[in-house]
Order: sequence, then structure tokens, then C-alpha cells
Amino acid sequence: MSILVNKDTKVIVQGFTGKEGTFHAEQCLAYGTQIVGGVTPNKGGQTHLGKPVFNTVQEAIDATDATVSMIFVPPAFVGDAVMEAADAGIELAVIITEGAPVRDMMMAKAYAVKNGMKTIGPNCPGIITAEECKIGIMPGMVFKKGNVGLISKSGTLTYEGANQVCNVGYGITTAVGIGGDPIIGLSYIQLLKMFEEDPQTEAIVMIGEIGGDLEIQAATYIKENVTKPVVAFIAGQTAPKGKRMGHAGAIISGSAGTAAEKMEALEKAGVAVVKSPAEIGEKVKEVLSK
Amino acid sequence: MNIHEYQAKEIFAKYGVPTPKGKVAFSVEEAVQNAKELGGKIWVVKAQIHAGGRGLGGGVKLAKSIDEVRELASEILGMTLVTHQTGPQGKLVQKIYIEEGADIADELYLGVVLDRAKEMPVIMASTEGGMEIEKVAAETPEKIIKVAVDPTIGFQGFHGRKLAFGLGLPKEQVGKFIKFAAALYRVYMENDASLIEINPLVKTGAGDFIALDGKMGFDDSALGRHPDIEAMRDISEEDPAEMEAGKYGLSYVKLDGNVGCMVNGAGLAMGTMDTINYVGGEPANFLDVGGTASAETVAKGFEIILRDPNVKSIFVNIFGGIVRCDRIANGILEATKLVDVHVPVIVRLDGTNAAEAAEILKNANISNVITASDLGDGAKKAVAAAKGE
Repeated sequence: MSILVNKDTKVIVQGFTGKEGTFHAEQCLAYGTQIVGGVTPNKGGQTHLGKPVFNTVQEAIDATDATVSMIFVPPAFVGDAVMEAADAGIELAVIITEGAPVRDMMMAKAYAVKNGMKTIGPNCPGIITAEECKIGIMPGMVFKKGNVGLISKSGTLTYEGANQVCNVGYGITTAVGIGGDPIIGLSYIQLLKMFEEDPQTEAIVMIGEIGGDLEIQAATYIKENVTKPVVAFIAGQTAPKGKRMGHAGAIISGSAGTAAEKMEALEKAGVAVVKSPAEIGEKVKEVLSK
Repeated sequence: MNIHEYQAKEIFAKYGVPTPKGKVAFSVEEAVQNAKELGGKIWVVKAQIHAGGRGLGGGVKLAKSIDEVRELASEILGMTLVTHQTGPQGKLVQKIYIEEGADIADELYLGVVLDRAKEMPVIMASTEGGMEIEKVAAETPEKIIKVAVDPTIGFQGFHGRKLAFGLGLPKEQVGKFIKFAAALYRVYMENDASLIEINPLVKTGAGDFIALDGKMGFDDSALGRHPDIEAMRDISEEDPAEMEAGKYGLSYVKLDGNVGCMVNGAGLAMGTMDTINYVGGEPANFLDVGGTASAETVAKGFEIILRDPNVKSIFVNIFGGIVRCDRIANGILEATKLVDVHVPVIVRLDGTNAAEAAEILKNANISNVITASDLGDGAKKAVAAAKGE
């Protein structure tokens, strides 16, 4: 079992024939992901990586029955691409592109929600169900199949966390990089719920960072709804106030959004909070061997 | 990106948000000329820097004659203004704004900012104008009226009424205020702003509303479609090291410690800083080399980190995903030839082809390159090296 995607998930790629889209679609195919086609306007009818190219998402769905779209279009076109996917009936859009304007995402997210389409990202590494389906840019070999679900705002911390979990002898069910932008799709609460309901997942690793209050909302949710052990790390304990730390959303505004307040809220909710990402693996081992 | 008050007011004016008349000046003579052109009997001389609290720091003063304008302009231009937002080192004032005096009956606050939880812009208004809004939020939150605007429907009359009646405005002023707020919402949306603050928003004796101050920040990701706003960038307000890093696709923030960090990915970069702190050291910087970490970007990273004289060791922490570690190891070796790296460099490479990478570094046998097995080990070694151990 897993959440959201598995070996049977049919995926199309928006921005299929571009440099990034091509490179990563190839990697996903090599991993075993069922990429059934792609969309690049004006290139409909061509074949790319052995898969059909369509002009619109609607044509792609009609021909392939895809339910998930992996989006690699340039930042200025992300909003449009997400709305097109929602309009055509895609169930989950995984938005990898970095640098999409906030206003566009605000509109696109609202439209996606209205149409019942889930989104992941933007500016994220994507989603991977270990040894079944990779939709995104993460290094597949890091994720061994196992019983730990992982949710992270950061790409490389996703790999770091998963690597440690595997090094201590466990593995991953599904790992989701939710992205560090101010407006994101699926977030901790929805994913915690899915992992709580997934029989294969026995523990959850949650990696957050400074900025916003998603982790605090998650803490409240965990306290009331999550029975499985949760291990958390919040990046940016040493970050200065008012400075954007790489990710567009990673900023302490005034005195809100600090790592300390998030860690405190999670600890109060019974989460095993580690102070360094170097301790994620050992902590997972500890909670799972109880 | 942030802009100056005078620039924000230029944008306001285009959208019909009322502002006092004013002109920016770069010299005392220009300031005097501006005051004469504006006319009237009272002028305000305002330092233009990217920080709040200018008034308290002595950067905003009232002049009652042209001679006084001259006097204040020469006092403020070239001063180092220290406010609660500039840090103790303050900021050099290189331009001033000369503005006509306003007839102030009351001071309000009005701002627009993204509410990340609601995923929509929220307009905030308060009767406590002129005060620091964060202080108001902490001490008397009931005095801030917040109205979130669903961007798919846009600003409606009811949004305006909630704000105006919430502020307790008399009925003859409600319509004027709603018009003001509607215009400000358009400024926010159409320019891809990330923040607008008008503090204070002045109510005049005649019952009109005027933006006496103006602060604007923008979504950096959207600047590409606003060349007019990009042109307002004041590079003297930006950190030169951060700017240079940006040119090479690196994201850099200087901190106060002595352990330099070079990491791929923003989250892992912060996690690395936290780990250095956790094992008893202090990070000297945040540096995300991005996804590629080529010899050129790594060399540039070394160069920027080493410009900080506090740096006593550098921790290179890379989790190679799609980018293979052996290529990164070669990049690091190449970079040490391009830049004189005179402090110990602790290298931790994990992920794809990590074993090959370790072999490459070992065979290169460079005296000040120390390899580490994992994140915790690397942080400990980097902290020890910075302490001279």
C-alpha cells in the first residue's frame, strides 16, 4: 500500500518536450512510472521518449486515461497549466517548477480546489511511492520500500530523511515533497490523514521549516487525529528574522513562523522532534522499536 | 524586492490612491527647488531608506520655511539613520522626499498582505495609525480589522463595508474609505505586491483620506512581468554579497558565526546550520548552491564565503540526487584550484555515487580537505576545525 500514487497510476507530463521535462520524464520512466504521454502545445501528434505528445491536457486524457499530471512548464505558465489540468479532469497535479508567481498560484489553487483536483507543489521534488512510482525529480535509489511515510517542504531534506530511514533498516511507503512556496497544494494535514489511513505506513516523518504556520496547524491535527508515531524536524532554528532563506516562503515575518514555536507546538502534540536532521534515522528507529 | 516610499506613492497615484504632493531629491539644492515648486507654507523632509521607524530615528522632519527645508535637507541627506529595522549599523540616507504638509485630523493604518493560511490577500485596517502594527497586533488585536478577499471574486462592496464600519467611520466617510481600499487592493493584485502598508493613513480635517506613508514589497517571482517595477530597484539597499551570489544562481545570507556552509537545497542548508549550532558551533552563513553544484558555482561559493573574515572552516554538505557525487567531488577539487581556500574544508557527499566521490577526494590528497561520513560527523568536524582543534 501507499498513498496517492502506485505502480498502476497513469501519468502525463505538461511541458513534456522541454529540457527539464524530457530529462526527468526519462528518469521517471526508468524508475517504472507509467508515463503514458505528454502535453506540449503545437507539438501534438509527435512522439517523444516513445510516448504520444498532445496539444491539450483534454486530448491527452481522452487518449490515455491518465489521472495524474507532472508539470514542468516554465514559471510564467504554471498557473495556466494547473488550471488546464483541473479543467480537463486530472485528479492530481504534481508541480515541480520553481518560481511561479504567488498570484498565479493563488488563482490556480482556488480553481483546482473548486474542480476537485489535488495539487502538490509548486517548487517541490514531487512524490514517490518506493519501488513503484516516481513523479518528480528525486533520486529514486534512495527510497527503499518500507513502512515510513515522509512529508517534507524541502527537496534535499526529503532525500536526507529517507536515506537515514533506510540506513537504520526501515524503508519508505510514500514520500511527498510539498514545497516551500507561500501557496502550496496538499499540505501536512491532508497527507497525515492519508498516512494515518494507510495500513502499510507505521510511522511518519514530517520535515518543516520556518515561515507560515502549516506545521502548527499540523500539530493540532496530530494531537487529535494521528495515532501513529510522528518524527519531526523543523529547519531554520538558526535563521535570522526577516531574511528569505532560499525558499520563497521560508521567512520569519516579525516574530511569527519561527522554528522554536513550531517545535514547541509539535512537542506538545506528542511528536518526537529532533534538533538536527542528522538524528531523523535514529529517532525513527527509536519510535518504531517501542 | 522592496521600494522606497516615493516610488510606492508614484504607483498609488496611478491607481487613484490619494497621496500628498511630493518630489524626491538627491541634493540639498534639489530639495529646496522641490519645496518652492510644491508651494505652501509647510513641508515634510523625509529620508528615503528601506526601513520603517524613520520618524523616531530623526529621518522625518517638518519645515516651516524654505530656509528650514535647506537646513533639514542638509542634516538628513548623508546621515546614517538608525531605526529598529536597520540594525545598529544604520543606513546611509542618499535621497530625501520633500512633501507638502498635510492637515491631519486622525491617523489610521491600512495594509494588504498575503494570508498564507487562507491563501488569499488580507486587508488590515486599524484606528491605531502611526503605531507599530505588530505591537498593536500583540497588545490590542481587537483593534485590527482583517478582511480576506477571495481573489477569484475580487474586492466587493461588502469587503469595504466590513472595513469602514469596523473602523467606526461616520457615514459620510464610508464611501470615500471604500473607494480608497478598493484602489489599494487593485494596486496589490495588479502589481504582484507581497505587502503594502500605509501607516499612517491620514484623515484630513475635511474628511478625506490620504496615504501619508507608503511601503511596498513585491513577489520576486513576478518581477519578470513588471519591468516598470524592476526598474525601481535600488541596488544600494541590497547586500552586495547576496546580490552577487544571486547572479550565479546561489542563494546566500550572511550570519555571525565562523563555520562557513555550502549546501545543495534550501532546507538542507538550514538543517546544516542548525546541526552546526546543535553540536556547539555557529554558522557563518546560509548558502544554497542549487541543484547543479558545478565547479564554477562551488568556486564562486568558496569565494563569497571566504570574503567573510570570521570564517575559520567550511562545511560542504551535498546530498547528490540526480547530480552524481563523483561529479561534485571533481567540482570541489577544481574549485580549490580556482580559489585560494585557506581554511579547512570538510566535505560530506552522500547519495548517488558517494563511494566513488570519497575515493576521488582521498586520492587527490589535498591537505585541508577533510572528508566526513554523514551530516552529524561533518558538522562536528567543521566545528572542531573552526575552533582550531
